[in-house]
Amino acid sequence: MNIIIVGCGKVGHTLVEQLGGEQHDIVVVDLNPDKVHSITDELDAQGIVGNGVSYQTLQEAGIDRADLLIAVTASDEQNLLCCCIARQAGHCKTIARVRNPLYNEEISFLRDKLGLDLIINPELLTANEIARIFQFPSAVKIDTFSKGRLELIHFRVTKECLLNGLKLMNLKEVLGFNVLIPLVTRGDEVIIPRGDFSFEEGDVASVATTAKTASMFFRKIGFTSGRTRTAMLVGGGTISYYLAKRLLSAGINTKIIEIDDKVCSELSEKLPEATIICGDGTDERLLLQEGLESADGFVALTGLDEENILLALLARKLSNTKAVSKINRINFNSLLGDIKLDTTIFPRLLTANLILRYARSMNDSLGSNVENLYRLEDGKAEALEFYVKEPSGVTDTPLMQLSSKLKKDINICSITRGNQIIFPTGQDEIKVGDYVVIVMKHCGMTDIKDILK
Amino acid sequence: MNFTMVAYIIGWILQIEAAFMLLPTIVGFCYGETEHAAVYIITALVSFALGLVIKLKKPKTRDLYTREGFATVAIGWIAMSAVGAVPFTATGDIPNYIDALFESVSGFTTTGGSILPNVETLSHANLFWRSFSHWIGGMGVFVFIMAIFPIMGGYSINLMRAESTGPAVGKLVPRVQKTAKILYAIYLGLTVIGCIVFMICGMSFFDAATTIFGTVGTGGYGIKADSITSYSASVQWAITIFMILSGINYSVYFCLLRRQFKDAFSISEVKWYLGIILVSTAIITWNIHGFYSSVGESARHAAFQVSSIITTTGFSTADFDLWPSLSKTILVILMFCGACSGSTGGGMKISRWLIMGKTIFKELSTMVHPRQVKKIHMDGHVVEHETVRATNVYLASYFFIMLLSLLLISIDNFDFTTNFTGVVAMLNNIGPGLGLVGPTGNFAGFSSFSKIVLIFDMLAGRLELFPMLIILKPACWKKY
Repeated sequence: MNIIIVGCGKVGHTLVEQLGGEQHDIVVVDLNPDKVHSITDELDAQGIVGNGVSYQTLQEAGIDRADLLIAVTASDEQNLLCCCIARQAGHCKTIARVRNPLYNEEISFLRDKLGLDLIINPELLTANEIARIFQFPSAVKIDTFSKGRLELIHFRVTKECLLNGLKLMNLKEVLGFNVLIPLVTRGDEVIIPRGDFSFEEGDVASVATTAKTASMFFRKIGFTSGRTRTAMLVGGGTISYYLAKRLLSAGINTKIIEIDDKVCSELSEKLPEATIICGDGTDERLLLQEGLESADGFVALTGLDEENILLALLARKLSNTKAVSKINRINFNSLLGDIKLDTTIFPRLLTANLILRYARSMNDSLGSNVENLYRLEDGKAEALEFYVKEPSGVTDTPLMQLSSKLKKDINICSITRGNQIIFPTGQDEIKVGDYVVIVMKHCGMTDIKDILK
Repeated sequence: MNFTMVAYIIGWILQIEAAFMLLPTIVGFCYGETEHAAVYIITALVSFALGLVIKLKKPKTRDLYTREGFATVAIGWIAMSAVGAVPFTATGDIPNYIDALFESVSGFTTTGGSILPNVETLSHANLFWRSFSHWIGGMGVFVFIMAIFPIMGGYSINLMRAESTGPAVGKLVPRVQKTAKILYAIYLGLTVIGCIVFMICGMSFFDAATTIFGTVGTGGYGIKADSITSYSASVQWAITIFMILSGINYSVYFCLLRRQFKDAFSISEVKWYLGIILVSTAIITWNIHGFYSSVGESARHAAFQVSSIITTTGFSTADFDLWPSLSKTILVILMFCGACSGSTGGGMKISRWLIMGKTIFKELSTMVHPRQVKKIHMDGHVVEHETVRATNVYLASYFFIMLLSLLLISIDNFDFTTNFTGVVAMLNNIGPGLGLVGPTGNFAGFSSFSKIVLIFDMLAGRLELFPMLIILKPACWKKY
């Protein structure tokens, strides 16, 4: 596909990296020549220096041949306008990033009336992701499939955990029921575990379950943390606002610590139920005074990545809380794994993932649709959900027979047929109309047939 | 410096060259030169095996930053030339290896200056390989690899930058591989059309093929001792036209293929290029009209020599060393001029002269209005300061290299015209100069030391100086 990306910031860069890896032809547009060059020097994309809102610049970027335009400049208005012009100038699909909460209320109006295909709000995306994790505090990350009915829950194997030292094939005996663990991350390495695989402390295992089984599973393996009742957020930005709103509506007692009194009074106007504290969130005494020790959840959402990391480490040290830190900029993934942070959220990657999923589904062949896509462990593995539209080599064959024909390192996690979720065994088969979730170490698949050799 | 990755790519180069060497092998067999064909096939096998051995050690990371890109291209070209010279010596046609290396470098860099007094004594296989090396070197072997094997991802732009010509190398389409493919498709198209046209004009297939290699690659190795002189007038005109076409920026052809005619004809560099050819031809025609029987003949020789020199090809149909001083001076100035950027031609490139000319006007303007803010524009775009600076540094390095080479080869004690035009012809990848190295002369008289200096000049000229200079800088070879 021909893709134009307007705006070469953090998200723009991530998008070029990931979409470029999937053999798309990418043209980037930005007003700042340095930013354009930093991308074209490093990645295989063409750069154009200019204003993406201008028709002429878009012409130069080849808007008449483009299939997709993604506007991710710093300004919402520019992004919207850019997409509108692109709609008129070419026949491409358009994606805009819009982050102002004011516009967020009108998102569906904007999308329909301006003819946009997708509007992304990274802050809202981030807030939703954090809120989802708070439903299962034991998890590091949760990816949902089949409209939320199936979850892929990533959790860290602790010392006391029942899984520590257990072999995968013995899992069923110990638990008394069957769950599927399609993926384990150990250090930098991603493993698709086989029966003789044994878990170690520090592994991040991923379990594919329904929400109901999940709570049973976590109780059984020794995670005691129950429902989140109290949450403390440091930093009063847009994410905090969205998150607090979600948490409050779920009945969680939410406290926001923010240093700027103007922001505080604004928040208190918009969120009457929340407790707003005006003070320095990096002050250990203030945190303790406000009851950090008894908070179930702690989220560091300040503007500084370093501060967020340290805050989360501090919270982990002082209490038993679930600590989440937001990281905007820095990209030391290998290091972040080492310092045993609980959960780190990268808004940049969340945004990029959503766009990538959209691009992948555009690229669909007729046989199947990519419904969901999650990149795992910095792109070393992927979890994909396909909707099977047509019979092919993979349909109507028992998985037992299919397994010899599959590529290496592929795990078929679940098949959703109507209201029923099947965790497949050798006798099950994929049928037309199924939603199939597959975890694999291959990247860039657009069709379910791609899992075959 | 990522040494293993650099070595890995050099391994590729050797294997590609081995594949290319199969062509002269076939030619050798066709003309019954079995011994020479055997030499080529053995060299090809050895080169392939060598590449295989080098490639055994797989690089850990495939990162190739600017300095690796530049160094890889420089070393790759040296390695390619060194292997390409082997058959000349092994077949016994050029017994001295330094001479063979000179001939091979002159081929790959599309210079076309020879050390052979009479090329007609060479076997067909050697003649073909000489001319074919122009074709390989014209568009560049790295661009060729990128067109076929996607081995480096995003970083390959660093290799393309080092090998392609012009002050600001860009891509025609977003992907390096597609850009490389388009360039080679245009190149191949020109070659095939040219070959057919030459044959229609009355050349034999072997002559047409070798001549078109020298033409589209802007090389200039002829297969006759008197270059193109003995061919018919129609052949000479056909060659003139294809030389001019080869010196045009390839993005013009790309725009034409995409039916963006307005864009194709609005590139100011190309307008200047065609204008310069027209004016120079007119002046020289008038200047030499007494030498030839008709105006038509004068015009033909003038046009041929002008296009041959400005595109840095180096074919000749007349001994222009005997022409009046004005004509010779114009040709020497054209030697510095060069073809368009983004073409297969060498030299300084017209776009660089345009940028430098505009810089001079800008500088003068700032003297009149000291607080004036003025940017240099070209084809409706602002030329970035970075490009202007690189152009100025290019010019400075160019003259340093030229003067130093001039000093070094003057040890051989030839006259100044020979030395000066010899260095200029080498550095700009033209081929013939004036005096002893004129169209009827050759470089055989120089000492081995001078030949090595000139070999460096040819490589520096083809790779636009910096890749050859960077490998001389010790810091380039440090790991840290």
